[in-house]
Amino acid sequence: MKLVYFAWVRERIGRTDETVELPEGIETVSDLVRWLKTRGEEYEYAFENEEIVRAAIDHVHAKPDRVIAGAREIAFFPPMTGG
Amino acid sequence: MSVTIQIQADPFDTARETALLTARRADIGAVVSFVGLCRDEGGRLSALELEHYPGMAEAEIRRIAEMAGERWPLLGLTVIHRHGMIRPGEDIVLVLTASAHREAAFSAASFLMDYLKTNAPFWKREHLRDGTKGAWVEAAARDDAALERWERTQG
Repeated sequence: MKLVYFAWVRERIGRTDETVELPEGIETVSDLVRWLKTRGEEYEYAFENEEIVRAAIDHVHAKPDRVIAGAREIAFFPPMTGG
Repeated sequence: MSVTIQIQADPFDTARETALLTARRADIGAVVSFVGLCRDEGGRLSALELEHYPGMAEAEIRRIAEMAGERWPLLGLTVIHRHGMIRPGEDIVLVLTASAHREAAFSAASFLMDYLKTNAPFWKREHLRDGTKGAWVEAAARDDAALERWERTQG
């Protein structure tokens, strides 16, 4: 599964994207966040306020309880500030 | 409804886009244009850098445009959003809405901007006059509040 990061989430993690093999039991966006936070302090820093970081599955906004099965690309990013 | 959505680094020409939207048709009675510009925040900023999520930016703006089209009798709309380094005084975003009568065009333009600000995947970072990189711009609570009025009302 491909993960992509934007803005300060990207800077804190230190990469723009990566491909990961998920362990068993990772079913939702919030499961994925919990697992990512175990991968190192850069992830812990990026997700220190989990409720602030937004997610999208295959280019569609996704709430934390969204099931990730079948996703090709999951993105994490801060609240948007365009316009 | 004709829908034009462009995500680009280059500047846009509002007059040209308006002419394209209204060309060869006589049913449009109103076009509303909104242009968002880069401020220097009292001389503090040398630029805003806009990062975006390619692919999702287009897709999300298209979803917002479809919502607007379901809500008002629009005859056409154009959204152009720039990315990259943008200097104070330059344009960032263009929204054009066309309808037979003005009310739909005014309301839809306002709706589109409110949803763009909170849902389109763009992020602004400040670049300061002294040449250093500043902070990422924080999302404003007033932008979330602006959405609530559309969620409460119909039209």
